[in-house]
Amino acid sequence: MSALTDLYQQLILDHNKSPRNRRKLEPADGRAEGYNPLCGDRVTVYLSLDGDVVRDIAFEGSGCAISTAAASMMTQRLKGKSVSEAKSLFEKFRRLLTDEHGVGDGGPELGKLEAFGGVRRFPARVKCATLVWHTLNAALENREDIVSTE
Amino acid sequence: MRTTAITAQPGSAQHRPDSFDVERVRRDFPILQRTINGKPLVYLDNAATGQKPQAVIDTISRYYAAENANIHRGVHRLSVDATAAYEGARAKVQRFIGAARPEEIIFVRSATEAINLVAQAYLRPMLEPGDEVLISTMEHHSNIVPWQIVCEQTGSVLRVVPINDAGEYMFEEYEQLLSSRTRLVAVTHVSNALGTINPVRRIIEVAHQRDIPVLVDGAQAAPHLAIDVKELDCDFYAISGHKMFGPSGIGALYGKYELLDDMPPYQGGGEMILSVSFEGTVYNHVPHKFEAGTPNIAGAIGLGATVDYLQQIGLDNIAAYEHELLDYATEALSGVPDVRLIGTAKHKAAVLSFLVGDIHPHDVGTILDLEGIAVRTGHHCAQPVMQRFGITATARASLALYNTTAEIDALVAGVGKVRKVFG
Repeated sequence: MSALTDLYQQLILDHNKSPRNRRKLEPADGRAEGYNPLCGDRVTVYLSLDGDVVRDIAFEGSGCAISTAAASMMTQRLKGKSVSEAKSLFEKFRRLLTDEHGVGDGGPELGKLEAFGGVRRFPARVKCATLVWHTLNAALENREDIVSTE
Repeated sequence: MRTTAITAQPGSAQHRPDSFDVERVRRDFPILQRTINGKPLVYLDNAATGQKPQAVIDTISRYYAAENANIHRGVHRLSVDATAAYEGARAKVQRFIGAARPEEIIFVRSATEAINLVAQAYLRPMLEPGDEVLISTMEHHSNIVPWQIVCEQTGSVLRVVPINDAGEYMFEEYEQLLSSRTRLVAVTHVSNALGTINPVRRIIEVAHQRDIPVLVDGAQAAPHLAIDVKELDCDFYAISGHKMFGPSGIGALYGKYELLDDMPPYQGGGEMILSVSFEGTVYNHVPHKFEAGTPNIAGAIGLGATVDYLQQIGLDNIAAYEHELLDYATEALSGVPDVRLIGTAKHKAAVLSFLVGDIHPHDVGTILDLEGIAVRTGHHCAQPVMQRFGITATARASLALYNTTAEIDALVAGVGKVRKVFG
């Protein structure tokens, strides 16, 4: 697979074209805004929790294909998952993008999120994929302040 | 040492543009031999930084290998020679921008530092609450934030001249915004995000009719246009070494001698003093008053070599060639479906900011990079420009003297590939 098709996999392009869960969620149990000063992209993550379980999750904002697809696929993957599963998925996702040694064993499987493996070859684009996850972390803590990738 | 692309011909002030040989110019820049992702490098990010000719690289390397010493100190031979080279570079920059005296050239870290110096050492002492500083929408952050800081410090107000849909400075609005409280006008000579060449001479003329001084940010002009600060009659002019194919970490501030002489120092330290005691310090003369500490000696000497290089080719030749390139690129990019150019001023330097449909510029930049094409994507440190056009970012191809029409063709093909991936 070429670097190009590795990065812009069909799944990523599809989610960029028709993002899932891109809407406002009100009222929300958790809400946070993420900002990437390098490109000026902003994303807002909304969470609705049922005890420890993510009952609903949505996002707003527009960015590059990688960040839009990352937000879309993250929300799809996390609905119905527990907060601790969400956090361990973030850790695995982060390692998929940055760690030479791979994602490690145990915990929930990344599944379709593995489509983002190609981003590792583009260090300048890693933050595009992780911004929404950092924002999720802040939303889980229900922090209102803006999360920055810098 | 390599020879430059065009040998200066004594006695002939004017070169014919067709004497410009881009292939010879390209051979002066070793980095252009590189490949990126298996493709020849197509470097179109010159507004971010320029590549370096071998003559500049050799000058810096020779300085460190054989000539290094501190300057303005010591009687030993190396120090004397290093001082002569450093001051010689000052004289080269003086001639390059047409300043009356070498003392009017202050070596600084960057154009950014030059602007901060004027904001703090010239403007701050005179600003009263309610005074005004007048800039424009198209300024780089470096020609916005230093003025915002000094306004906050003094209770003064920042006023902004708008730009029109083509990205041009709105002159009538400028005249209306000039007031009895305006203490300084700051304007970029060439916009880094849009390419617009501003009518700085007229801007200065109108400000001077009201005795208002003008600072011109020339970071984007110096690599592309002949500059004559005497003819412009600007009060301050800032240039950046690395943008004009010289080293990074060096820039120059031009200021009229009388203004510089009246200004307090910007930073304290060695070199900027004549004598120091705990009772008081006598400051050194211009320009040394503004060059506290050991300066970037190699950088200044490298900048001198850069200036030599550009003058050998001739700024008029460069400007004429780049204008041809701009016309070619504008036509070629405009012919690609869904491409929208941001910045269509009548007077433009070779900068093409563009959008491809609703595809995010970062995706455009990544796909072009895979083709070996380097463009800048983002807000170009000019977020107010992006806000003016209701966008967050663009892709920007900024051209220089070593770019070719074949490279523009590669860019257009690359944009075609972008459209295919996202089609």
